[in-house]
Amino acid sequence: MQVPAPFDYVRATSVGNTLELLERHGPESRVVAGGHSLLPMMKLRLARPEWLIDINDVAELRHITEEPDRLRVGSLTRHAALLASDVVGRLFPIVHDAEKVIADPVVRNRGTIGGSLGQADPAEDLTTVCDVLRASVVIAGPGGERVVDMAEFHRGPYETACEQHELITEVRFPIRPRMGSAYEKVERRVGDWAVGAAGAAVQMADDGTIADAAIGLTALGLEGLATEVAAVLVGQRPSEDLITEAGRLAAAASSPVEDQRGPVDYKRHLADELTRRVLRRALDRVGATVPAA
Amino acid sequence: MTTVEERSTMPQERESNPAANAADRPIGYGRIQRKEDPRFVRGKGRYLDDIVLPGMLHGAILRSPMAHARLVSIDTTEALAHPKVHAVITGKDLEGLNLAWAPTLSADTMAVLATDKVRFQGQEVAFVVAEDRYSARDALELIDVEYEELPVVIDARRALEPGTAVIRDDKEGKTDNHIFDWEAGDKAETDAVFARAAVVVSEEVVYPRVHPAPMETCGAIADYDPIDGKLTLYETTQAPHAHRTLYAMVAGIPEHKIRIIAGDIGGGFGNKVGIYPGYVCAVVGSIVTGKPVKWVEDRSENLMSTSFARDYIMKGEVAATKDGKILAVRTHVLADHGAFNATAQPTKYPAGFFSIFTGSYDLEAAHCSVTGVYTNKAPGGVAYACSFRVTEAVYLVERMVDVLAQKLEMDPAELRLKNFIRPEQFPYKNKTGWEYDSGDYEPALRMCMEQIGYADLRREQEEKRARGELMGIGVSFFTETVGAGPRKHMDIVGLGMADGAEVRVHPTGKAVVRLSVQTQGQGHETTFAQIVAEELGIPPEDIEVVHGDTDQTPFGLGTYGSRSTPVSGGAVALAARKVRDKAKAIAAAMLETRPEDLDWEKGRFFVKGDPSAAKTIQEVALGAHGTVALPDGIDGNLDAEVTYDPPNLTFPFGAYICVVDIDPGTGKVKVRRFVAVDDCGTRINPMIVEGQIHGGLADGVGMALMEFIGFDEQGNCLGGSFMDYLIPTAMEVPDWETGYTVTPSPHHPIGAKGIGESATVGSPPAVVNAVVDALAPFGVTHMDMPCTPARVWEAMQGRPTPPI
Repeated sequence: MQVPAPFDYVRATSVGNTLELLERHGPESRVVAGGHSLLPMMKLRLARPEWLIDINDVAELRHITEEPDRLRVGSLTRHAALLASDVVGRLFPIVHDAEKVIADPVVRNRGTIGGSLGQADPAEDLTTVCDVLRASVVIAGPGGERVVDMAEFHRGPYETACEQHELITEVRFPIRPRMGSAYEKVERRVGDWAVGAAGAAVQMADDGTIADAAIGLTALGLEGLATEVAAVLVGQRPSEDLITEAGRLAAAASSPVEDQRGPVDYKRHLADELTRRVLRRALDRVGATVPAA
Repeated sequence: MTTVEERSTMPQERESNPAANAADRPIGYGRIQRKEDPRFVRGKGRYLDDIVLPGMLHGAILRSPMAHARLVSIDTTEALAHPKVHAVITGKDLEGLNLAWAPTLSADTMAVLATDKVRFQGQEVAFVVAEDRYSARDALELIDVEYEELPVVIDARRALEPGTAVIRDDKEGKTDNHIFDWEAGDKAETDAVFARAAVVVSEEVVYPRVHPAPMETCGAIADYDPIDGKLTLYETTQAPHAHRTLYAMVAGIPEHKIRIIAGDIGGGFGNKVGIYPGYVCAVVGSIVTGKPVKWVEDRSENLMSTSFARDYIMKGEVAATKDGKILAVRTHVLADHGAFNATAQPTKYPAGFFSIFTGSYDLEAAHCSVTGVYTNKAPGGVAYACSFRVTEAVYLVERMVDVLAQKLEMDPAELRLKNFIRPEQFPYKNKTGWEYDSGDYEPALRMCMEQIGYADLRREQEEKRARGELMGIGVSFFTETVGAGPRKHMDIVGLGMADGAEVRVHPTGKAVVRLSVQTQGQGHETTFAQIVAEELGIPPEDIEVVHGDTDQTPFGLGTYGSRSTPVSGGAVALAARKVRDKAKAIAAAMLETRPEDLDWEKGRFFVKGDPSAAKTIQEVALGAHGTVALPDGIDGNLDAEVTYDPPNLTFPFGAYICVVDIDPGTGKVKVRRFVAVDDCGTRINPMIVEGQIHGGLADGVGMALMEFIGFDEQGNCLGGSFMDYLIPTAMEVPDWETGYTVTPSPHHPIGAKGIGESATVGSPPAVVNAVVDALAPFGVTHMDMPCTPARVWEAMQGRPTPPI
């Protein structure tokens, strides 16, 4: 049996209490929510926190709130709750695309959006989703709250703007009209980390051109959005040629590494293939027609 | 000859409706619910880790982080100072007891705890005994080991190159990494057939290293009683009796002072046949501390250090005529056995039963040669439901037959039908010395084709190809060889592969049957009760099956290689028949007639011509133990014991067809349908048979699509967790469709053949053949497992790469 090194454990009662506990127990304390990354690492003794601060009782962190121009999602919201939410599916179908392929139901019942973003695993799906939806993250600290956009929040693999003494409390998604989004992942088996994945969000202008576009890649060596792809899309009418060009540019923007999931050229090919697929689906979802070539 | 029409409807089987009352349930063979399942479905199974003994301590193993290194020093001072640590055992300590090295099941030696070198990543270096499992793990980090790194040997293809590091320099005079050369068949005759053949195809076919990954990992609790000198050893073992004898031989504890108890086992698949260092360490730990010591490995330890499976690099060649008559098959195999040659198989068969690679076909000649080599990887090789390497053999021949079909532009099913051993040729002696007991192959394949709608699928495939869609249909036909074995040919470390069984009928007509074989989930408590029920007419629920305790059961070699029903099933049936013969004599005495004047119908004897004058088996049981005047030579019980030495193995067979769809943009394979038609002779409990097949098919899809233990250049194991070693879930497998034919074994007491491994043996080639068939438009003739999206895509680009 895999057993972790010795640690102490405390249950937080509120955001304020969590911040107090983080300060009291210092740099070797860790917040645990779903625990699906932290606990396996502890059992393998790759992570050895001295204190676990359990936030599962902090009810204020668990909500999905629709406002006129934004959707607020509490950081303790489970994957399963996002997947079950009609509001989320209606506004941002990309979230449901992604949640359907995040691990398996057992993991989705416990894992949280805050945990996923905070862990910042390079093969993690919600970072790409939040990137393309231009989400922002609310971080609470001793001095109060601050709101950062994804580009600022996500600093790279396993690294975010949330400091040791801070807590991710909320993710905010702007609601924009005439927007479509989609996500697709290739995995070797259900529940495996992504071999590669792509996410797309497009906003259409009244004249049938693309007003805004965002393309992101997962596990393919691209941090943040593929800006070169967006640049060729914005202002254009959807066409087969445009989609082909977007795929080509996404592959060029990717920088994958070889591992047991596949070689570099295959992963580059996936960046191309999956970008074209999600772009086409996002356009389809917003009702934009792509004339046959 | 049997026609398709006659065989397309499967024979009737006795079914039971679970809701029906007891009187409707079959007394004997038939589909009844498993007697052991009430405890499993309630979560009340009694597995090793559920056992807690008073005062029990916990062990943990320190393992090597390196694949090949000299041990410079081990300092255990700090670990011993841990307040909850009772003992730290190293290889040096074991040397003093002459236990640092132990014999393997393949006439080699293996390190229990390393003394000179470590030879694979994950090898056992030290053993800590502590008050709880947390402290034991904590103390591992307090042991200071100094290693001096050595060059590693990871690529089996280069293991024999001059100048390569010698892994087994512990063996006197050893200057290379060679283990054995072995061959079967007639080389000259085979080469001559190849020389004159019009068509020859060849491919290098790799069956990569995989792992059985049972849900329950391996473990043991050793409880040595210093007062009476008796060792009680609870173990996750598939072979309790063989273990008892081996401990007696190796550790010097007298055999009558060793009791092995194997409770419920959470899957074995060959992973739990051998004796692992952890078991030995638990025994030493118990002797040293005077307390019971439990050791249970974690998932990574199981994947990284215990018996792997396969790891065969096979050069396959087939010679044929232009019109598709297969003339000969030959192959050379490079077998990677890891750091110690520790495969579990009959002594005379270092490559297991691989020489059955002639498959289901009537050949003019065949030859194979196998070279075994050491590498810096975990030992093992025969595991994962492989029937002693029949899996590798069937994969090779079934892949190569498809290669030939593609070359000749023939339908792969038609090619097989053209080359089958014909029913009138049985018993059939193949070119490598096996005598196939019985078979009728064509009806099974025809049934499978009909059930899946083969002709329609081929039409659909043609239409899809025209549209650029990738659909593949894979056929495989296998013949298994299971039930080792005749003891004159087959032994494991000198123990003949026979098995005992004992049947006792109690005075009230209830019975107990004691087995030497060991269930790991196969349903022995039901199947063996049904065999006794069929012979004696006692309802299965009135029959207790006792197994997994060497103090309570007769000697035998255990469960692996699908041998439980072929060997112990024979023993149980014969023991029950002995009981019945005795019951007949007693019934005659009770009815005041002669035994020859009695007839038997299931459950009762009656006087010929007067069915009302009868005694049930229950009445006879009471009579036997009561005051009935017994005939001369009959003693007052209804007991019998038999040790069954099978005259031959049994040869189950089957036809499998798999349909896959491949996403041309991503290379992702989806198994759409899978039809399996199996023939295991007499079907004792069809539900259990189907359950065995379903599990094996899932294994096969897993191996074909995702399972693989890889290593990096430093010898780090890349498959050491379930994040990296993928096993299939319900999402990757289709709803299984099964069918069956029944061709009883002519030499087996009840005509039964083994079924436990048929599907694991037969399904991987069906899946891979389907993938290659789908990729044929890209000019692909072969691709190796695992068919992951990336590897399939590479094959589509014209560069299929071997996984190793």
